[in-house]
Amino acid sequence: MTAVETRPRPAPALTAKRSRPRPALRRLARRVPLNLAALGVLAVSVFPVYWMAVTAFTPAAGIQSDTPAFWPAHPTLAHFATAVRADGFWLFWRNSLAVTASAVLLSLLVALPAAFAVARLRWRGRRAFALMVFVAQMAPWEALLIPMFVIARDTGMLDRLSMLTLVYFMCTLPFTIVTLRGFLAAIPPELEEAAMTDGAGRAAAFRLVVLPLLAPGLMSTSLFGFITAWNEFAFANALIIKNQDDRTLPVWLSSFANVFGTDWGATMAAASLFMLPVLLVFLALQRRVTSGLISGAVKG
Amino acid sequence: MSVLPRPSPRRLAGLWPYLLVAPTVAGTAFLLLYPVLRSVVISVQHFRTGELIRGGAAFVGLENYQDALGGPEFWQVVGRTFAWTAVNVVLIMAIATPVALMTARLGRRMRLAVMSGLVLTWATPVLAATTIFQWLFQSRLGVVNRLLVTLGFGSFEDHIWFAGGASTFAILVALVVWQSVPFAAITLYAGLTTIPAELEESARIDGASGAQIFRDITFPILRPLFGLITSLEVIWVFKCFAQIWAISKGGPDGATTTLPVYAFQVAQSLHKYDLGAAVSTLTVLILVAVLITHLRRMLKHEGEIL
Repeated sequence: MTAVETRPRPAPALTAKRSRPRPALRRLARRVPLNLAALGVLAVSVFPVYWMAVTAFTPAAGIQSDTPAFWPAHPTLAHFATAVRADGFWLFWRNSLAVTASAVLLSLLVALPAAFAVARLRWRGRRAFALMVFVAQMAPWEALLIPMFVIARDTGMLDRLSMLTLVYFMCTLPFTIVTLRGFLAAIPPELEEAAMTDGAGRAAAFRLVVLPLLAPGLMSTSLFGFITAWNEFAFANALIIKNQDDRTLPVWLSSFANVFGTDWGATMAAASLFMLPVLLVFLALQRRVTSGLISGAVKG
Repeated sequence: MSVLPRPSPRRLAGLWPYLLVAPTVAGTAFLLLYPVLRSVVISVQHFRTGELIRGGAAFVGLENYQDALGGPEFWQVVGRTFAWTAVNVVLIMAIATPVALMTARLGRRMRLAVMSGLVLTWATPVLAATTIFQWLFQSRLGVVNRLLVTLGFGSFEDHIWFAGGASTFAILVALVVWQSVPFAAITLYAGLTTIPAELEESARIDGASGAQIFRDITFPILRPLFGLITSLEVIWVFKCFAQIWAISKGGPDGATTTLPVYAFQVAQSLHKYDLGAAVSTLTVLILVAVLITHLRRMLKHEGEIL
């Protein structure tokens, strides 16, 4: 409040002039430009994705025509058919899915016990471990492309999807531990104690009481991990070089000119198919996106 | 661990905690610590194609660093990286702040529409976005050139955006800003909703203008959030790689070569893994130096939580 009070008061004349127009009219005068600005923001943020979808559904003749149509008058699925039938599409789709799913699963399996140890148990070195996780979360992955390439080559892991899986696992692990720790800390330990008083072992108490309560946390962390791994490009581009069959969708999409030439309809259809799973994940996360990411960001 | 409100009632004594964290420690050691150390080691070795295949790289001290720091190219890239970061982050904050303020004042339906639009942009995968932008700015059929021609700028007919260094740089800025604004705007908006409405109301009754309210009330309250978002954007933009590599690979003529792109080029195209590793190390050091105050604050904050 002090900020308000110390601010110099406006000249009386100004105040008088301001209060004259009727409130409803004034509100309208404020609302119209505000809503116009909102429409502008909406248009700019949505247009590129909208244009991708329009192009993907517009017949080739429409894309080539002299006047661009902002709505596909005769929508077609031909471009999607071309994209799906493109050499290796399903293979790269499967690669991406396999790498992403195994990285996320591995990350959960490793993170859950670690998060439990940090949230529930007291032990020497706990603080050092937490600090390690925090620092790992800020790892400059882009700067590790070269050593990862060299290590992969040394260990015969170059051109292997398992190498990518390990990298993505490590990329998502710290975030997963931090988030799961947060979810675990929110579950009162008394619940487990009650179960154990009733005769359940610690493992059973964890499985029957904590795990169900942890489901939303496991869900959202794995979905965020999914997005990270599904979208990753730099390592997929650097570590899969010779064996083209082991490429993932982002790398394949980045070479669209080799695949589709100037067929922009098919290119946009492929981009749409690549984006679709991420969009579904975002829809599933809708409520958590803002709050979850903010607490994640603030807590490091 | 005196910060804990109370000890967990049932302590598992002994080895259990260590067994539980062992996989994480092992993973971090092999997949993060080892690559970091390896990078530093490679940067002080003579490590080219021959050493990659046969091994037996020789220790050369700081020769690679002298190589990098001695040439004019490195400093050019550093300058470009700073310009790239500054332009992007300033634009991101200058757009996200009014968007957040606007969103907070909208009616329920319009706000939902704007938020959905922002989330859609945010959800767009990087590689989908780079492909879309290449299509938007395509020379013959791209919608941008067509709109410009329709608006009377005939010279943009078949204009090849990606042929020029400046225009490629500009398109990459547009792409990164477009992709980054949603996070900043939504986070700021979430921060705005935590400010009690009475503060603003009483200021308004006192006759404060919108700009005064922002300067004297909103901004001071949200200063930590502004700091956090700006720092995160600096990190993300500074080490941005995928967008640049997918669209221009640092070209044309090196006009979009920032530090991460430069390091990868040197290693991948010139097979100078040693020099590339040195540039990577320098990149991280520069980023840490830029963000040292922010990092210190984060670390302190984290210490309180854990």
